[in-house]
Amino acid sequence: MQETLVRPLSTDGASLLQIPLWRVRLKLFLRSIKTNLCLFSENPIGLVGVVLIIFFFLFMSAHPILMKFVWDPTIYDPVMGFESAIAEHPSAPSPGHLLGTDPMGRDVLSQLMWSTRAAFVLGLIAASVTAIIATTVGAVTAYYGGLVDTIFMRLADIIIMTPGITILIVLATLVDLQMIHLAVVLGVLAGFGGTTVIIKSQALTIKVRTYIEAARIAGGSDWHIIFRHIIPNLLPLAFLYMMFGVTTAIFTESVLSFFGLLNIRMSWGLMIYQTSVSGYLMDMSKWWLIYPASLSITMLCAAFYLVGRAMDEIINPRLRKR
Amino acid sequence: MRRYLIQRIGQNLFTFFLFLTLVYLLLDAQPGDFGNIYLNDSRLTAEQRQVIREQLGLNRPVMERYLSWLGSLFQGDLGLSFSNSMRPVISIIAERAPRTIILFLSVTILANLLGFAMGKMLAWRRGGAVEYAATIAGVGLFTVFVPWFALMMIWLFAYKFNLFPLGKFIDPVLWREATVEANTIFLRMMLTGLLTAAAWISWLFATRRFNPGWRKAARWVGTLIILTLPITYWATNGLGRYAADILHHIALPVLTITIVNFAGTMLLTRSSMLETLREDYIMAARAKGLPEAMIRDKHAARNAMLPTVTSFILALAFVMNGGVITETIFSWPGMGLTLLKAAQTQDIPLVIGSLVFTGALALTAHLGADLLYAFLDPRIRVS
Repeated sequence: MQETLVRPLSTDGASLLQIPLWRVRLKLFLRSIKTNLCLFSENPIGLVGVVLIIFFFLFMSAHPILMKFVWDPTIYDPVMGFESAIAEHPSAPSPGHLLGTDPMGRDVLSQLMWSTRAAFVLGLIAASVTAIIATTVGAVTAYYGGLVDTIFMRLADIIIMTPGITILIVLATLVDLQMIHLAVVLGVLAGFGGTTVIIKSQALTIKVRTYIEAARIAGGSDWHIIFRHIIPNLLPLAFLYMMFGVTTAIFTESVLSFFGLLNIRMSWGLMIYQTSVSGYLMDMSKWWLIYPASLSITMLCAAFYLVGRAMDEIINPRLRKR
Repeated sequence: MRRYLIQRIGQNLFTFFLFLTLVYLLLDAQPGDFGNIYLNDSRLTAEQRQVIREQLGLNRPVMERYLSWLGSLFQGDLGLSFSNSMRPVISIIAERAPRTIILFLSVTILANLLGFAMGKMLAWRRGGAVEYAATIAGVGLFTVFVPWFALMMIWLFAYKFNLFPLGKFIDPVLWREATVEANTIFLRMMLTGLLTAAAWISWLFATRRFNPGWRKAARWVGTLIILTLPITYWATNGLGRYAADILHHIALPVLTITIVNFAGTMLLTRSSMLETLREDYIMAARAKGLPEAMIRDKHAARNAMLPTVTSFILALAFVMNGGVITETIFSWPGMGLTLLKAAQTQDIPLVIGSLVFTGALALTAHLGADLLYAFLDPRIRVS
């Protein structure tokens, strides 16, 4: 990214002044995206992940449209719906219900699609909270060092030492935990925990670069340096850990719902929990009650993880093939 | 190095102390208190409840209760479990902790050995179709929804092929006439296992100085001899069939979690190997004309091992995360299942006890990691 910065500046100074700065920045930004996309598309593993994510995104977007135009809400609502035309529930897949119905007479496909949105929202909220906290804390601790550093690193130590799922299970049994709470708690835990340590070590290498020193000599304040020079350089890494964060968040939510500990309308984990409560967990002849939800969890988690790995190979040049 | 170790031990102990404080305060801040469950008897009047609450010390300020809890913790007293007819928490932990530790210790060791070997090969054969397939399969296993995968394994091996029992720790029919407790046998199995492992590892170290010509033969013969000793011990003491029953029950959980866990190590070793393979000393080794297998195993893999060791130790620290899931699915009566049951019945002393156990496990693992790092990384050892 640094080499590309030089080119527009090396052109004639007078003509440069006529171009507004934001345009130069936009051009640079698009160019860096283009190079990174090229690098990314060389990696078939990352592409598998992207295709899966796009598939789930379309799958999720189709639900409101279907509900509005095709499906009758009284039958197909993921939580309140009931299929009265079929006498016995759970019923096997049929033209009206492509993935059958669950023991309470609701459409499994509709539940699956609705839960995709829940998974996306949860994962992205948790990962964004993580990224924001980890980048800010990592940059600030690396820049100031000293007492700030000690406090936040000890905090990170405690969080790393704490088994997250175990604590969340205990908390979820004692208090009423909703999806959005869980997303924020997961984000905060990861943000102050392991991710901060990784981002901080990266920030330490940026802090000693010459352009930071140049910014300081030019009279930039601490906050200016942190937010305009250090954090932008941390963003690729933060974005990478966002991908892994999404995986963790979706997995944790599914486990907690699987134990029936969350107060949410519908999710993949909850679908399996309801299967288990109604006693169909080991009944493989009713495969549509457990396979679709479990496979969706696995595939969406894997998709984000694959994208994260592919990005890792771009951001970390030591892993590149050439 | 001594300064480094003392510093790390001090930091870890301090973190553990903070963890204990956090656990206590977190559970104390929850709605309701210990007394609500204990006093759940409708025949009691409000005044009687108040008296009992005062006798239990539940009306005292938080700091006072915290300090007295901390005091009894250091005397090994974790209180009584409400849901287990007032049995001391410490005895419940002593009974169930070995089951969790053994299950996950064997799984973690197996998974890491397998993952390291596979990851090494993957990095070595980079770019082929095999590598892509293995990576995608590895990521799939790494992110698989564990409860579902475990159910599939139970369905396949226990139900369809009828190879293993469906779950639980022992078969009650077989144990009806047993004169010894299951835990006694389990502890003895643990001891023999540890002794065998120790003997085997020291034999491997002892043979390092042997002549390379017959080193391999010596290792195999030694391994066979070391393996026959515990087998004859269990075959002759009359308790063999009980031990075999426990082994029969532990096999499927071990198999399942190993398959889930090895993928993580495999992917990590692969990345770490790829970084190491770019180092100059690998090129130097190639230029010397060393055989490829030697470059891979002795020069690259040894240096790529450090992150794998960390992940191994951290996996031990997070045993409880997986423990709750796996033990619930396999109804394995270890600490994970205990914690979940205790949390669901609001048996706060047992919850706190289990969390203290979890923290102690993590503390031990982290201390072990620091020791190993000091041993493995010369940069720490020398300075």
